[in-house]
Amino acid sequence: MANVLEGLLYTETHEWVKLEGSKARVGVTDFAQHAMGDVVYVELPEVGKKVSKGDDLCVVESVKGANEVYAPLSGEVAEVNSALEDSPELVNSDAYGSWLVVLEISDPSEANQLMGWEAYKKFLAETEKKEG
Amino acid sequence: MRRTPFYEKHVAMEGKLVDFGGWELPIQYAPGIVEEHLRVRSAAGLFDVSHMGEIWVEGPDAEKWLQGMVANDVCAMHDGQVIYTFLCYPNGGVVDDLLVYRYSPQRYFLVVNASNARKDFEWLYGHASGDVRVTDVSSSIAELALQGPKAQDILARLTSYDLSSIPFFHFAEIPDLAGHPVLVSRTGYTGEDGFEIFMPWEKGPLFWDAILEAGREEGILPIGLGARDSLRFEACLPLYGHELAVDITPLEADLGFFVHLEKPFIGRDALAAMKERGIPRKIVALSMDDKGIPRSGCEVRSLDGKNLGEVTTGGYSPSLGKSIALALLKMPEAKEDGEFLIVIHGKERKAKKVKKPFVPKSYRK
Repeated sequence: MANVLEGLLYTETHEWVKLEGSKARVGVTDFAQHAMGDVVYVELPEVGKKVSKGDDLCVVESVKGANEVYAPLSGEVAEVNSALEDSPELVNSDAYGSWLVVLEISDPSEANQLMGWEAYKKFLAETEKKEG
Repeated sequence: MRRTPFYEKHVAMEGKLVDFGGWELPIQYAPGIVEEHLRVRSAAGLFDVSHMGEIWVEGPDAEKWLQGMVANDVCAMHDGQVIYTFLCYPNGGVVDDLLVYRYSPQRYFLVVNASNARKDFEWLYGHASGDVRVTDVSSSIAELALQGPKAQDILARLTSYDLSSIPFFHFAEIPDLAGHPVLVSRTGYTGEDGFEIFMPWEKGPLFWDAILEAGREEGILPIGLGARDSLRFEACLPLYGHELAVDITPLEADLGFFVHLEKPFIGRDALAAMKERGIPRKIVALSMDDKGIPRSGCEVRSLDGKNLGEVTTGGYSPSLGKSIALALLKMPEAKEDGEFLIVIHGKERKAKKVKKPFVPKSYRK
């Protein structure tokens, strides 16, 4: 079963979120990187891009195809992890260390709609059961 | 979903199973697409291609009739030879691309794409004339492809038959592969040397095990559909629905070498007229200069922003370590060397035209 970290928040589309005051660090989960396969490029957004929860945030490209990453919270892109431009494979080897963007969040209450790590673990177990 | 006789093998080897045109097949195994791809280029890989369709064409008029059905020259074939060819619609569009195996002028074995197998059979059956029998045997024949520079060494361990006596694009009936009779051709869809092996459906698993065991020392891997696609893409081998289609002719796909306009066949007149008028579009190979990964459907523009067509296959090339694309572009721009723009996620990215294929073919001829 895919690795899930305590202390992070999660979406049903397999993004992880680390809240840091008014900011949120965002990446894709171990389950997501495994499903994508070999990551070969990360199309990062421009700093300053405004997104609403659920919008396309960036694209993680694997050999298999393009994978949209959705904004887990509304806000503005404050930082992007440009180290991934040269080493996209870090998403595979260290999904929780390889953050994609930092969002300056506009509505902290939205975080209540995200899953805690135990809920996400349960969600994964159900997903894996469904997919056999 | 339909399953091939190797389904249990895929599950046991951690194949990631997907719905591929109604077939439950592995997109990749545990090592992943890149490692599988590179292993085929450096050593060998084993592919389950049992979903492919097989059709017999038999009878005293088989040669004459088939010659009028396909674009390549069936009459120039000799026994034991295989040719690559097309079934075309009267307008020159493609019903399917396929391989034709000649046993004799009265007996041919056709290997067609899985997704088109039913359509092809109905097309052939519906057009059958004279003393010809067309039989679909897809559901009773399993197929494995063993591809890569070590393919012959590996297969040779399982038979006393001299495999080196089978030239490129030829076949033989081998009586004793792992103790059982099979049909083996030196053909494939990777750009590497290798074989395609046809066997009775229920005997399949025995050959899977025997070949993987025989290739253990060379590091043979089972290969999923993901690497099958990236391998054929680097070698610029067309995929039906991408580089060939109802509305993309073999001439536009730059496969005129396999089209014999000097003889009559369905679609010949339309293709001859297209050649006469000037072929309106061409499949070209592009290599990305900018970052970003082109995917099929991405728009391609000239540097001054004019729409020229779209990407038919795009992606990351494991052998080259960069992104490449095949694109169907308007003439005469398609003929020009230089730079083009590919629109990826809404942004124009630079690519340059390169020679086909992206990765040279390593056939043993």
